[in-house]
Amino acid sequence: MSLISVFIIPIFVFLVVMYGFYRNVDIYESFLAGAKEGLVMTFHIAPSIIAMVFATNLFLNSHFIEWAFQFLAPLFRLIHIPIEILPMALVRPISGTASLAILNNILILYGPDSFVGRLASTLQGCTDTTIYVLALYFGSIRVKKTGHALGAGLFADFVGIVSSFFIVRLFFG
Amino acid sequence: MVSVIWGSFILIGVVFSIVTGQVEALNDQILHGASDGMKLIFEMLPILVLWTGVMKIAENAGLLQKFSNLVRPVLHKLFPSLRKEDPALGYIASNMAANALGLGSAATPFGLKAMEEMQKNNPKKDTATEAMVTFLILNTGGVTIIPTTVIALRMSQGSANPSEIIITSILATICSSIAGLTMDYILRKRKRL
Repeated sequence: MSLISVFIIPIFVFLVVMYGFYRNVDIYESFLAGAKEGLVMTFHIAPSIIAMVFATNLFLNSHFIEWAFQFLAPLFRLIHIPIEILPMALVRPISGTASLAILNNILILYGPDSFVGRLASTLQGCTDTTIYVLALYFGSIRVKKTGHALGAGLFADFVGIVSSFFIVRLFFG
Repeated sequence: MVSVIWGSFILIGVVFSIVTGQVEALNDQILHGASDGMKLIFEMLPILVLWTGVMKIAENAGLLQKFSNLVRPVLHKLFPSLRKEDPALGYIASNMAANALGLGSAATPFGLKAMEEMQKNNPKKDTATEAMVTFLILNTGGVTIIPTTVIALRMSQGSANPSEIIITSILATICSSIAGLTMDYILRKRKRL
């Protein structure tokens, strides 16, 4: 299975370039235009990344989470997950940058190839910032009564978190 | 909302560190906070830039269009309240295709257009239609085939196989999307009764 993961990116890049050739697209100029967009985009989000890394570092390194969720600690030990995953899961639907900063913290502390590192990586990749997307999309057309969108969206996030746990365990043991 | 999180992180962090006597570490944290953030940006930057470049080729070659044509027939089943030729369906398809390919910045305009189209046929302008709710739930699942940012981050932290989380992410997304859509379906049916 991990073999498939290794092949996805090379095959994808190959197919894209190949298809670009086939459709007679100026692939080099396209690449440059896209790369420039990426550069601008990254610097555009740079302030929020700096802000979030700063705040999450302060928060996580104060060890408040361990103290506040002591009562959950035995449960987390039982399933062999560091409690750091909890703030990440809680923050994920609201701010992608904040959860990215926590993910970075987890990867530094436990390593990207640890169980919790893989779990946190999967969490970041498997869902979007539900509350933010909801506010943006409904706000744009001035819809105030959003029905069960939030409830069902958060339910989906919750299922994503729980299934991430089982899937990562299944794949990487 | 984000302000609340950001502010509470800082306030809780400072107060708790002082109370538990970690003032020195706290000082260190504050002074290093920004450079840690900057380091993270510079570590991810090359891969993100490379990827947006590759994806621009895909976009210019019409791969986005191809992808959205692929998901369109399925979409019709998910949005029974939209007519087959409704322009909203086209925008929804493009939005999903852009999301799947990791073109987040391209996905948002399509999503906003889709909402706008659906709003046109909405009898109650301040209330979300069934189709809008379904679209939002589908969208927040964020089906991404290649989560570039996560891979970039894993690479910068020296992972032996940065892309190994692709499959687990896709599977987890599928689970959460199915759960969200099922919940949507159940709640919609219950409301009608």
